[in-house]
Amino acid sequence: MIAFDRVSKRYPQGHEALSEVSFTIDSDEMVFLTGHSGAGKSTLLKLIMLMERPSRGQVVVNGQNLKAMKPSRIPLLRRDIGVVFQNHQLLFDRTVFDNVALPLLIAGYSPRDTGRRVRAALDKVGLLAREKSMPITLSGGEQQRVGIARAVVNKPSVLLADEPTGNLDPALSAEIMQLFEQFNQVGVTVLVASHDLALISRLHHRILTLRQGRLIAQGAGD
Amino acid sequence: MAVGASQSRTGLGDRLRSWQVHHRLSALDSLSRLLRSPVSSLMTWLVIGIALALPVGLSVALDNARSVSVGWDSPAQISLFLRSEVSMDAAGLLRERILERSDVASARLVSRDQALEEFRQLSGFGDILQNLDDNPLPNLVLVTPLGGDGQAQRAAELQLALQDEAGVERAVLDMEWVQRLNALVELSQRAVGALGAILCLGVLLVIGNTIRLAIENRRQEILVIKLVGGSDAFVRRPFLYTGFWYGLGGALLAWLVVAVALWWLRGPMATLALLYQSDFVLEGLGFLDSLGLLVAGALLGLLGAWLAVARHLSAVQPR
Repeated sequence: MIAFDRVSKRYPQGHEALSEVSFTIDSDEMVFLTGHSGAGKSTLLKLIMLMERPSRGQVVVNGQNLKAMKPSRIPLLRRDIGVVFQNHQLLFDRTVFDNVALPLLIAGYSPRDTGRRVRAALDKVGLLAREKSMPITLSGGEQQRVGIARAVVNKPSVLLADEPTGNLDPALSAEIMQLFEQFNQVGVTVLVASHDLALISRLHHRILTLRQGRLIAQGAGD
Repeated sequence: MAVGASQSRTGLGDRLRSWQVHHRLSALDSLSRLLRSPVSSLMTWLVIGIALALPVGLSVALDNARSVSVGWDSPAQISLFLRSEVSMDAAGLLRERILERSDVASARLVSRDQALEEFRQLSGFGDILQNLDDNPLPNLVLVTPLGGDGQAQRAAELQLALQDEAGVERAVLDMEWVQRLNALVELSQRAVGALGAILCLGVLLVIGNTIRLAIENRRQEILVIKLVGGSDAFVRRPFLYTGFWYGLGGALLAWLVVAVALWWLRGPMATLALLYQSDFVLEGLGFLDSLGLLVAGALLGLLGAWLAVARHLSAVQPR
């Protein structure tokens, strides 16, 4: 569950990235976030994982008010939020397996559990055969899927994605969106930021539309 | 996936085990990173090793100097040179009178003939002395003052008192040069201590700077780890181990440098000792000292890394 209550974010330079944004995403929901670049999509996602703090208003994630959260608790919050980045943020000095295993290593899983979960996640994104490959040898779509496997390997309750299909062709993009829908069907709250309106309007989920930092629509996608 | 339930919250035992696992992983990974770039690592190790070897080597040298002087350290001795007209019998009486004093531990009479013989043996001037018609040396009473606290002060007072005894030409307190030597050794110790402190600071800065570069090099990795929920301790760990390995490796090299230097000096030192008819042997680093050096090096490494990490890691935040 993600709830924004009249959230504004003004950066120190004076630029107001978000103004008075309010919405609620239920636990079993999948929601798209759209808008032109610079409309505030990335800022909104950063507020959810406390990479930024709001200037005004309140953000609540899974019942926790982030305003009161101490810096030392931030890692625990982030372990419960899977994030998929446009540029994947993979580490190129280690194998696909080790990339996906990173959140488990951090959360403190036993090596046996880790192996099992990593393979399950890789299987889910269709890359089980590539666990020993180095990320640099994979295609863009495959790298993005490794990023998704890493985001979900810890079974987070919230999955965020920032332009996950930004660099992919339409067919691959559709596949990736299907993956997100599958995670949503097993109970994960999914929030995908994308400006690919053609793609997301075909999927029947709620769409939040930002324009210049203001939420101008949060209706159904169809 | 009933998220709340299957969201595997790991148990305490698991977390403890995985904490140990991560420590082991970090230790091994940071060591293998250092070994993968052997030249630059060796450079750093050498810098640390030389910086540590200098004070350690000097303090070994000082310890040796002290072991040479320790035999002469105490008790001090007062030499009473008797007037030439004082006979051996009178000298014997004088010795007994002195022995009765409460501040005297012992007194020994050395006749002028004995003195000449001793001088002949020890000075190396034997041949010249044979050419002397007359023994120029006076009879001598060697007085050892009572030891203990304030010894130097009491010895000086005793010297003054004995100077006034009848038949005594001169009372010489053979302590000044020992005091000078001791003062010199103490001064050197302080100097070595100061040098050591400065060089340790240097080691801290070298390690701190090296770790800072390592943090810069692994910036992307740190960002990703923080994004997927790595705690500060988790991020810090590999860098602390890196510092630990730098310090330990540097200390090992320092030990090696000192050992080689001692080995290099041992031969000439033995010859010199032989020339002085001394059984002095150059002492190296003992087991405990060596262990202390390694521990100190490793701790310096850890501390340097900690300083760098505390200063630079918080600046790496995902934006």
